[in-house]
Amino acid sequence: MPTPITNNLARRNRQSKPDRADRLFRYLIYGASGVSVAILLLMGWTITGHALPAIKQFGWGFLTGRDWNVPDLKFGALPLIYGTLGSGLISLIFAVPVGLAVAIITSEDLLPKWLRSAVAFTIELLAAVPSVVFGLWGFYTLIPILLPIQQLLHVKFKDIPLFSTEPSGSGLLTAGILLAIMILPTVAAVSREVLLVVPTYLRTGSMALGSTRWETIFRVVLPKAFSGIIGGVMLALGRALGETMAVTMVIGNTENISPSIFAPAYSIPAILANTFAEAQEDIHVGALTYLVLILFAITLVVNVGAIGLVKLVERGEK
Amino acid sequence: MNNSETTKLITPLSPLRSLFDRGMTVLALILTIIGMSPLISVLWNIISKGLPGLTATMFSKPIIDEGFANAVVGTLTMITIASLLSIPIGIATGIYLAEYAPDRKINRTVKFLNTILTGVPSIVVGIFTYDVIVLTSKKLFDFSYSALAGGIALAILMLPIIALTTEEVLKLVPNNLRLASSGLGGSRFQTIARVILPTALPALVTGVLLAISRGIGETAPLLFTALFAQDWADNLLSPTASLPILIFNLYNDPDPVKNQLVWTASFFLLSIVLLINISARLFSSRAR
Amino acid sequence: MDALNQSTSNMKTAIQVNNLSFFYGISRALENVNMSIFQNKVTAIIGPSGCGKSTFIKALNRIGELEGKVKTEGQVEFYGQDIYHPQVNLNQLRRQIGMVFQKPNPFPMSIYENVAYGVKIGEEKVRKSDLDLVVESALQGAALWNEVKDKLHKSALGLSGGQQQRLCIARALAVKPQVLLMDEPCSALDPVATMKIEELMHSLRNDLTIAIVTHNMQQAARISDYTAFFSTDESRIGRMVEFGETKQIFSFPVDTRTNDYVSGRFG
Repeated sequence: MPTPITNNLARRNRQSKPDRADRLFRYLIYGASGVSVAILLLMGWTITGHALPAIKQFGWGFLTGRDWNVPDLKFGALPLIYGTLGSGLISLIFAVPVGLAVAIITSEDLLPKWLRSAVAFTIELLAAVPSVVFGLWGFYTLIPILLPIQQLLHVKFKDIPLFSTEPSGSGLLTAGILLAIMILPTVAAVSREVLLVVPTYLRTGSMALGSTRWETIFRVVLPKAFSGIIGGVMLALGRALGETMAVTMVIGNTENISPSIFAPAYSIPAILANTFAEAQEDIHVGALTYLVLILFAITLVVNVGAIGLVKLVERGEK
Repeated sequence: MNNSETTKLITPLSPLRSLFDRGMTVLALILTIIGMSPLISVLWNIISKGLPGLTATMFSKPIIDEGFANAVVGTLTMITIASLLSIPIGIATGIYLAEYAPDRKINRTVKFLNTILTGVPSIVVGIFTYDVIVLTSKKLFDFSYSALAGGIALAILMLPIIALTTEEVLKLVPNNLRLASSGLGGSRFQTIARVILPTALPALVTGVLLAISRGIGETAPLLFTALFAQDWADNLLSPTASLPILIFNLYNDPDPVKNQLVWTASFFLLSIVLLINISARLFSSRAR
Repeated sequence: MDALNQSTSNMKTAIQVNNLSFFYGISRALENVNMSIFQNKVTAIIGPSGCGKSTFIKALNRIGELEGKVKTEGQVEFYGQDIYHPQVNLNQLRRQIGMVFQKPNPFPMSIYENVAYGVKIGEEKVRKSDLDLVVESALQGAALWNEVKDKLHKSALGLSGGQQQRLCIARALAVKPQVLLMDEPCSALDPVATMKIEELMHSLRNDLTIAIVTHNMQQAARISDYTAFFSTDESRIGRMVEFGETKQIFSFPVDTRTNDYVSGRFG
């Protein structure tokens, strides 16, 4: 019988004979693992470096400037920040309840197992559809579905600012709904994972006190999973904020701040996709690079927050 | 307290509670069906508009001659470049995270940065690649937009995905296999190459295929790197068409021929992506 | 058996089990169990692991049904009412037949909220002041009040294992059950905490009927009035071998298998 060795010893076991292939392999691995780290650092550095002249030129006022006017070379980022965050928030309003419902349906035993797997599979496939295909579908199918509903709301509730502009099809709401569909798989998958690790004994304990299935879900399971679900939602929000193609095709592409969700708007990724290539003047390019930095920073904050929350949950499990 | 006067067991649940319980089940089911309906609509829409217009010329002629053959070749070229770059480096990073990382702090940092990289918007990756590759090649050599730059942009997107899935997959390999191999005198390299990677191979293939299917459909990273071309690309260093950019550039085109090209290209793109995606999943479930 | 019948003639039966068989999917886990659980007594269920004793106790409040596809044959009567009747209100049943599990499973909320949980989900509205009283008396009943009265609104997860288990008992007591089922409640606890639970069971017996599954024979001998011995053979189907007063089971077992087990000559 071989002497049992502990995990630790086995992993740190140094070869007495230095093995060349072994050493070469180790260097390759070390080198490769540095690549993605280097890319991320280089990315942060280049983007900040390129945006610096624009930051110096526009200052903090860029963030609150309401006017984005290329012919006059006046650049304020607020309409774009508004369009990005606005469409992102609208997407959460739709994606969170539906995503949670999918997560609960696929993690609790309300349905037979094969049906649960089928639902989970379908939702996962949704994540595979390329963004530009979603854009095409949104432009030709979703807009014709949403337009009559928007028109009805506009006619009935014209006085509410939210519905105050004449809907044209493209706009903040349409972009938000399309984004909701695109981030649904993320919300559903992360929530499902979190719900699945809620220990069964908590469910049993609650049922043994006479609560029904949904009382157990609302009072014990969801509170326990709460921070993990928020983490998943933030992860999805990060995706939504950076989403480019589909939004570009349905948001209306107008630098505009309107209280109405029917009004056309513009998001940072969309304006980059549409105008980055044709920007001529240095000041225009600078303003766009400043936008890249803002987008990079917003998604960074959202993602770091999401990772932190998910980590917190994992640590809580131990 | 303990009188044998027990409440009748056959008393129905109070109407409010039973309504809540049933109502929530129904509501959750309705929401789930609503959640699944877009996929069905997308599939139906793309198939019904894209499939009937499919012609053989589309696969032999470039866009300028009312086909999309150059876009298909462009997409394949760029995903190949991206795969050649990202798969070895990604798997190596995954091996580092799972097997080598000298201490937990470095491991956590590398993993954290990779996770952050997966969250960087693809348009930002595109602009970054434009800055670093396209502008540099314009300055130093005499080419700018190219399939090479497009492939690199896609590789940056795929790299962290492959790295993180590789790590996850390798962590599932039971530790006693490592012990057994090194107990027989195998070096770290031999253990990884002969025991761990073969054991993890099916799951690894799944992870890589999923990353590829993600890369094929990406549009934003190619906008300012590969750009677009109506005709065949001269070589890897010239502007190159791709299916996603074709769809984006022509989706609004009034010409019905171009419009049909967009739908059929979408049908073809979606088929490839879903095919790779589904076979990847089947592959891993079969392996298990 | 005659002696048993004599001494039980003037006692009330809380739960009567007739010919109970239990299936997971298609595989039979328990076969033809017949026994009574008497009111205000402690009934211990002992036997080697895999003998189906845990399956059995989970069949008494139908909580085992949460673990997948299960099927039962035979009858379980709770004060004369068939608990497997198709129209039985499971929520009502589980409130009257409470349960404490092997691993302490307090909810991730405050101590107070844990005890109040079962009361709050009940059908009748409870006033805050009444709720305070219920929580206090349940904690008193579980001999935990003095240890936690100053930190009622702190998380229950901060308590020690033994305290958590007594909290789970308090949580079950708060809904005023008739019967308390305990599935190896001390298996995760140290000897001191175990002793406290045993003392607690002794005092609870005045108000409650208790059935406890335990793998610890000394514990069964110390705390129970009646004992049922379960066993299994190559078929992996659990059966009840012998049931009687604890004194008799441990001193004069009728069945040789019981004798082997209680004298430590088994497994």
